[in-house]
Amino acid sequence: MTSAISIKDLYKTYDNGFQALKGISLDVAEGDFFALLGANGAGKSTTIGVLSTLVRKTSGTVQVFGEDVDTNSYQTKLNLGVVPQEVNFNHFEKVFDIVVTQGGYYGLPVKLAKERAEKYLRQLGLWEKHNQQARNLSGGMKRRLLIARALVHEPRLLLLDEPTAGVDIELRRSTWDFLKQINQAGTTIVLTTHYLEEAETLCRNIAMIDGGEIVENTSMKSLLRKLHQEHFLLDVREELSRAPTLKGFPCELVDPGTLEVVLESHQDLNDVFTELQTLGVQVKSMRNKSNRLEQLFISLLQKPGQKPEQSKS
Amino acid sequence: MSSLSLNYKMTAFKTIVWKEVRRWLRIWVQTLVPPVITISLYFVIFGNLIGNRIGEMGGYTYMEFIVPGLIMMAVINNSYANVVSSFFSQKYQRSIEELLVSPVPNYVILSGFVIGGVARGLAIGVIATFMSLFFSGLHMHNLFITLMVVMMSSIVFSLGGFINAIYANKFDDITIIPTFVLTPLIYLGGVFYSIELLPDFWRAVSKLNPIFYMVNAFRYGILGVSDVNVWYAFMMLMIFTITLFMFSLFLLRRGKGLRH
Repeated sequence: MTSAISIKDLYKTYDNGFQALKGISLDVAEGDFFALLGANGAGKSTTIGVLSTLVRKTSGTVQVFGEDVDTNSYQTKLNLGVVPQEVNFNHFEKVFDIVVTQGGYYGLPVKLAKERAEKYLRQLGLWEKHNQQARNLSGGMKRRLLIARALVHEPRLLLLDEPTAGVDIELRRSTWDFLKQINQAGTTIVLTTHYLEEAETLCRNIAMIDGGEIVENTSMKSLLRKLHQEHFLLDVREELSRAPTLKGFPCELVDPGTLEVVLESHQDLNDVFTELQTLGVQVKSMRNKSNRLEQLFISLLQKPGQKPEQSKS
Repeated sequence: MSSLSLNYKMTAFKTIVWKEVRRWLRIWVQTLVPPVITISLYFVIFGNLIGNRIGEMGGYTYMEFIVPGLIMMAVINNSYANVVSSFFSQKYQRSIEELLVSPVPNYVILSGFVIGGVARGLAIGVIATFMSLFFSGLHMHNLFITLMVVMMSSIVFSLGGFINAIYANKFDDITIIPTFVLTPLIYLGGVFYSIELLPDFWRAVSKLNPIFYMVNAFRYGILGVSDVNVWYAFMMLMIFTITLFMFSLFLLRRGKGLRH
């Protein structure tokens, strides 16, 4: 399969001497939903910046759909849609005008740009606000406007730099649904985030970046398989005053109606239910605790034997 | 590097120009009204009240003599102000990144901003011309020269505004050049007087001022009188236009203050 992104030995040192990228190499397949995960200052936005040409690389090669960003920047830019981390449109422009104008920058005739603007503003729930100045939008709506603007020329590759930062849960989930749809329709998506749940929910492949270096680059499934422990939350039918003692399974009472049980990767969930049944505890429902990836992320960055120089975070 | 089609570039160019025009039309109270008031005051005070006591200059009444200079002053100021404030604002709030991530070539970006500034400069020029009709008759010695000079002067000062905006890091930086450089050059550029009135030394110094050539060439187009050879003025304008355009492109290509 063609690579949507191919990065080799990418270095970036800013004018103030800060080395943001220390020779990263990365491939993202066409059609992928890829997460670039890392803490603040890890190098995620610099990588996005180099791809979008807002940041000049120090050395290395960067290709988008096989075209070099230096030698064929027009073509690579035509294939790219960029959703920046910070809101960067003119707040005094009307919502509709912001999207239509961006279409013009990509050579879309006015009629087509207007049709596309309406299409994406409707899909992102912003059409009712299309005639208002952008400054009147809520924070979550502004972020969705950035997505509509990035999609107006229907790029093959969408770069999203923390697209749901500061967005409430409901809007975040509807944004996720929208992103899944456009990915299923064929758009390759690269997402930087430090919401680990976001990466786990959306992405098929993942790279973790720390201190300007890639510390993990694999599929989401195989990454999650590396988890040694998994936390489950069990809702019990009758309220408990204290956590039951389960042989081999650490168990805590989160609240009178909820138990948290920890399973090692070799342990079986059936054994937990058997034990609980023996103790007369009936389980009403069960769910994963959502910070599995977070645990793994922290453990990867803190493994002293693996990357000792990167254990600072 | 594969190139973009002419159709694509024209669409992008028209988009930038229309965005710029839309901006100054949207804030017309800030962009169109103040120059109209300023020019009216100049016409009333310098042209009408004081001018009546000055008598003739260059064979015309003082009011007729200063009208071309005042129109040119308005065009220059507004062309410069439009580009410097628009481009710096977009740089400051980072909306310029909308353009920088797109495939629009640098010369199209530059041309779009410049023509946006020229459009505002000319709009003010037209308004000032109509206003002048309340105070003096309309002369037109050579329409072609008049239009060429006003266009080229507007382009030169739009480019100047662009370069100022590229170097500016804060809002103070976009007022320093207009206040300390542009205004003195305009006032000493023969808007209100003929350099024939000056001693030899100051007459020679005045000829180092680029605005002197623009004002005089424009005055020649309207009245047919000038302190300088009009073709020499055209040559100067051409040199300024090409030099500033190339320098602006160089700054854009380097990403000065725009790319990290």
